[in-house]
Amino acid sequence: MDTVVDMAKAIKIQAKDVNVFYGEKQALNNVSIDIEDRSVTAFIGPSGCGKSTFLRCFNRMNDVIPSCRVEGSIMMGDVDVNSLQTDPVLLRARIGMVFQKPNPFPKTIFENVAYGPRIHGLAQSKTELDDMVEDSLKKAGLWGEVADRLADQATGLSGGQQQRLCIARAIAVGPDVLLMDEPCSALDPIATSVIEELISELQQRFTILIVTHSMQQAARVSQKTAYFHLGTLVEYGDTKDVFTLPKNEQTEAYISGKIG
Amino acid sequence: MSDFLSPNLVVFAMTIAAAFLSFYLATGRVRKQAIASQTKSHSLNQYYGFYVSLWVLVPAILLALMWMFAADPMLTSAAKARMVDAYPNLPESFLNLKMAQLVNIASGYIKAPDAVMAAQAELLRAAQASADRARSLTLAAVMCNGFFYAFRRVSPELRARVLCEAFLRRLFFLSAVVAILTTIGIVASLLFEAVRFFREISLFDFFFGTHWSPMTALRPGDAAAADEFVAGSTGSFGMVPVMAGTLLVAVIAMAVAVPIGLFSAIYTSEFASWRVRNIVKPTLEVLAGVPTVVYGFFAALTAAPFFRDLGLFVGLDVSSQSALAAGGVMGIMIIPFISSLSDDVITAVPQSLRDGAYGLGSTRGETIIRVVLPAAFPGLVGAFLLAISRAIGETMIVVMAAGVAANMTINPLESVTTVTVQIVMLLTGDNEFDSVKTLSAFALGMTLFVITLLLNVAALTASRRLGQRYE
Repeated sequence: MDTVVDMAKAIKIQAKDVNVFYGEKQALNNVSIDIEDRSVTAFIGPSGCGKSTFLRCFNRMNDVIPSCRVEGSIMMGDVDVNSLQTDPVLLRARIGMVFQKPNPFPKTIFENVAYGPRIHGLAQSKTELDDMVEDSLKKAGLWGEVADRLADQATGLSGGQQQRLCIARAIAVGPDVLLMDEPCSALDPIATSVIEELISELQQRFTILIVTHSMQQAARVSQKTAYFHLGTLVEYGDTKDVFTLPKNEQTEAYISGKIG
Repeated sequence: MSDFLSPNLVVFAMTIAAAFLSFYLATGRVRKQAIASQTKSHSLNQYYGFYVSLWVLVPAILLALMWMFAADPMLTSAAKARMVDAYPNLPESFLNLKMAQLVNIASGYIKAPDAVMAAQAELLRAAQASADRARSLTLAAVMCNGFFYAFRRVSPELRARVLCEAFLRRLFFLSAVVAILTTIGIVASLLFEAVRFFREISLFDFFFGTHWSPMTALRPGDAAAADEFVAGSTGSFGMVPVMAGTLLVAVIAMAVAVPIGLFSAIYTSEFASWRVRNIVKPTLEVLAGVPTVVYGFFAALTAAPFFRDLGLFVGLDVSSQSALAAGGVMGIMIIPFISSLSDDVITAVPQSLRDGAYGLGSTRGETIIRVVLPAAFPGLVGAFLLAISRAIGETMIVVMAAGVAANMTINPLESVTTVTVQIVMLLTGDNEFDSVKTLSAFALGMTLFVITLLLNVAALTASRRLGQRYE
């Protein structure tokens, strides 16, 4: 692991001076951050600190909330995610998202994974679609468990399986970046450890941003950690540094459990 | 005693006063006892008051109800027996008329025509007065009994709050039972009359016969058919054309209401801002408050002539009582029903599913068509089934705008009749309620009831499936 972290990595996303408002209330203040390619970056901090709001800026999910306004630039390559010219629908095909509660569609397992390729017209033939579904389920570590029951309702799967199905569904669209909003908060410890292992594997192919309430989880899965407090980015650095030698008092208080 | 203060009113007022008095006495007693024994009462003082009041009121109310059901028929039958003695040779139907007259004379609404009736009325009045006195005394006795029983039990240890709670539980249970029993009673009376009908006409002829003309005997110039009817032929009670007409009108209504209702529900639940939604939704629901007779006017005086003129314009022969006009207006009536139910169902689809779809790069339309509507599907089916059962049972619009003749057709431009129209036709006006003609209305009503019941059960099952899936 250490060798991976030590390697200098390319910057995948560059957020600069991001401000978010809900109506009059400001939820994020001038957040700037560089996200490394093919690594896991964890956003931690107490409830209401703006970490989920920030995560939702990366795929414009805040557009769904009528009173929400996002300022600043989030450059991914030469595309400004936050620009009005950028089509959020196309953007979300490049930046997948996994939510807090598993939210499979009330369709079959196959149809759930095939959903993205279908709406984006990614598969030319039925066999190609089958291959994509199989490939995505394999990457999400679910293929072995569901290979013989792809036609079953997805809602019949266990919580952990549902969440991995949601990851497979996101992967199937072929994104570069995966956003995960507390993906294990609704799961039991065993399902959580399965997902955490999966995240470590996926990190070789995707840039992953994960919001988590569990500091142990952040320490286990991420290479970079960003600590948020009251809408500001307080500290950002290599995970092992943030957890062992926090530079900021607030970060230290949070990590040692004094606040939270 | 003046007319205004009828004995019933006085008894009622006294009962209420007794309840208040016992409340006051009971709270006083428990307060004093608590002070005397230096203990804290189990319940708040008011619960002791309620407890004693209930013991005064509830037995009295039950007794009064029983009295109403038992004493009045007894008085009437005694009076009738006296009348039979007074008029030995009167046939039964005349006697019944005389009885009605007698009751009115005794109540003082009309004057007695002769001495015999006056004497009989005087006897009835005397019997009623003594029954009233007996009732008042019995009520007073029951209330005193209840009061002393409960009052003596009042002490700080009595768990009055628990007892009041138990009373409430029974009251609510009883209300539920009354609602269910009433339904069963209605169905039973319907069933009873329908069975009488089916003694005359075979089930097969009724459900599969294709000729419906219960009024045949009344139609002049159709002597052959009239003879057939008089001879007791079963040919004219086939419900197929009537049911076909009902279904045709319902299908037209649904063809109007489902698209408009569903699409407006999609608009209010998915696209409208809350401000627009707060205007559009109540406005749509105002449509549901329009009395159906007003829709009836609209169908008969505006929609039907409009369709007829439109038909003339394009060279089609449209009946002035076309199924199209009745069904179309009925569809407008059902729109708010469908839009409101569908809106609830669509809003119940969790936001997380929409987020999931957006997160995969779906547009709004794709999210609605591929995720939200399939998820809402069972609930939507439930809403539509409920709407169909409304359409089938709807009466006023079709009475005013649909035809009377039972044509067997699926052409919406022709006139058809419906089950509800036929029931209205059969049961209004002067009718003997035991002819096959009127009894057939009950058979139709029973059929209608069974169909709508099945539709409602199917609708409930469908909606419940949606509910289970999202906890």
